[in-house]
Amino acid sequence: MTISLKELAKTPTKMTAGHRLCGGCAEGTVVRQALMATDKPVVVSTATGCFEVSTTIYPYTAWNVPWIHTAFGNVAATAAGTEAAYNALRRRGKIKDEMNFLAIGGDGGTYDIGFQALSGALERGHRFVYLCMNNEAYMNTGIQRSASTGIGAATSTTPAGDIIPGKQGYPKDMTQIVASHHIPYVAQVSPHNWKDIITKFKKAYDVDGPSFINAICPCPRGWRTEAEDSMILGQLAVETCVWPLYEVVDGNYELTGESLRIAEGKLEKKPIMDWFKSQGRFRHLMDDKWAKVIKGAQADVDKKWERLKKLAKL
Amino acid sequence: MEHKDIAINGDYAIALAWKQVDPDVCSAYPITPQTIIVERFSEYVADGEVNTEFVCTESEHSALSLCIASASAGARSVTATAAVGLGHMWEMLGTTAGLRMPVTMAVTNRALSAPINIHCDHGDAMASRDSGWVMLFSENVQEAYDNAIISMRIAEHKDVQLPVMFCLDGFILTHAIERMTPMETKDVKAFVGEYDPVYPLLDWKNPVTHGAMDLSDVYYEHRYQILEAIQAAAKVAEDVFKDFAKITGRKYNSLEKYKCDDADYIAVCLGSTFGTIKVAVDQLRAEGKKVGAMMPRLYRPLPIDDIAKAVEGKKGIAVLDRFMTFGSYSPLYEDVVTSATSLKEMPKMYSYIYGLGGRDVKVSDLESVYNDMIGNKSKKVNHLGVKL
Repeated sequence: MTISLKELAKTPTKMTAGHRLCGGCAEGTVVRQALMATDKPVVVSTATGCFEVSTTIYPYTAWNVPWIHTAFGNVAATAAGTEAAYNALRRRGKIKDEMNFLAIGGDGGTYDIGFQALSGALERGHRFVYLCMNNEAYMNTGIQRSASTGIGAATSTTPAGDIIPGKQGYPKDMTQIVASHHIPYVAQVSPHNWKDIITKFKKAYDVDGPSFINAICPCPRGWRTEAEDSMILGQLAVETCVWPLYEVVDGNYELTGESLRIAEGKLEKKPIMDWFKSQGRFRHLMDDKWAKVIKGAQADVDKKWERLKKLAKL
Repeated sequence: MEHKDIAINGDYAIALAWKQVDPDVCSAYPITPQTIIVERFSEYVADGEVNTEFVCTESEHSALSLCIASASAGARSVTATAAVGLGHMWEMLGTTAGLRMPVTMAVTNRALSAPINIHCDHGDAMASRDSGWVMLFSENVQEAYDNAIISMRIAEHKDVQLPVMFCLDGFILTHAIERMTPMETKDVKAFVGEYDPVYPLLDWKNPVTHGAMDLSDVYYEHRYQILEAIQAAAKVAEDVFKDFAKITGRKYNSLEKYKCDDADYIAVCLGSTFGTIKVAVDQLRAEGKKVGAMMPRLYRPLPIDDIAKAVEGKKGIAVLDRFMTFGSYSPLYEDVVTSATSLKEMPKMYSYIYGLGGRDVKVSDLESVYNDMIGNKSKKVNHLGVKL
């Protein structure tokens, strides 16, 4: 399929400007691309979080498509409800149009509190696309750690202290956990690579069953970075292999974008130090006494990257 | 029209009512003593006797979340739970009402943990009573069946648009087989009518935002609209009861009274105890004691004025709570006492806590409540049958 920016620019605006997301927030970038990738009507469910509160402060809404929010830990069940209603009403002949269903949760709403609802919905096989916007902490409540927070990150509940260097332990590999549900389509994306995102969302909408796309979403407030650097940070996450771009289509792993080029030796794999240096939340790690954290993080990234390459038969 | 009576337990009676309605979506998670509602309904689904989209979720929280979303998408949606399952739904109870989703739910009343106990009390319903749901109680299997049907008409009424939970006592009604007169399926379908959703999500050409965030400038007003809606449910319920009586001959009232008019002493209770207490009333009446009983079938919105009128001028009122509040008075007692504050002179009122965790309540226990009042032996708060 050919995707051009010119064509994408002509697509209807399903989520409008005027929302209250922070400058440099990658979530809006990702969601707008997710909505561009389907021509069919789409019903959106959103978990409680930055994105929900920023786009629907009553009496305003940024949504030009049907949209629902019910709670934090249940967006997969909410999206499943819209899909269940659709199935019922279509069976009764009350709805004729084909429609798509998009669930959106943050890392808190996906890795942590919404994990059970997501796993249940995936197992039941509801036809929806689940988008996790992973900014690696609870940003809406003030930058607390989540199960996706990277090791060493300073958050408001894992502060960089004298004896504890920020978040301890490596993040949960949610994409792999979802892939283990053996649903038809699973992928990781980054906001900077629009071609990769649009291609993957088109595939996700087209499968008959659940699909899951995990997007790294740089957050200037939480990551202590400049608003204009978010796309660069997304790219850096990929180039350091902290966030590889890949997809799992019916169980088959494929690396995509920069990650494929790194695996093929066409692009340099950057050291984890570049990732840590780029963000204020890791500033304390520059102290020599935390060298072992950086060493451990590099070993963890390398281990996961090698495993992923093996899965992709590269 | 002639109706053939059947022998059926309360859970199967609800499944039967749902089969006759054929709702668009049913989503639930198993918990004793609710399980056999959903088991029986799943058989109807498996045999193609209903067209319902049936979703067995991984938790009660998801079951109700799913129903909220399916209702907002435009589907008539039902669920059922009990006890800690209702507790697990608690976050979503307020959301159902706040989003004004006319979901109906069977609650098979069961004690809350700990200690874990699967038997009847009203702890689950009482912990949920301030969530903005209309609440109906049932005395017997017939009423549980009837409430399953009646609740949809109340919930979906345009003046209400609120969820309704209809309660039936765990095991006492859910699993006991009673004689019941079912409605004709065509009458059920005609009575509930086609579901006519308000601003459904699936009407994608007219996109709507459900569940926006309120700041402090509008939150109070939106919560006030729930209050107006549940107040409107008082009249709507009476109208629906009247319509229901026209078809079935079974006339229900928001406040059910039994031999109260000339009574000096009245006991107030909820659920199956109302049936047991009628026997106690009859036996005491045979002894010449002027006693009566009542049950607010419509527990939320509470028929406050009817209660005040019913207790006016009486010598004593015993309020039976199948639930114990820790650190204050129990809920039904508080409800009845505060209802009576509009009277010039309030009757003496006694709180009786009873039947926790399925502790059997016998006719003789209930007779003792009246005899205590008559003999001036009731304390302000009494624990019926507790072994201390």
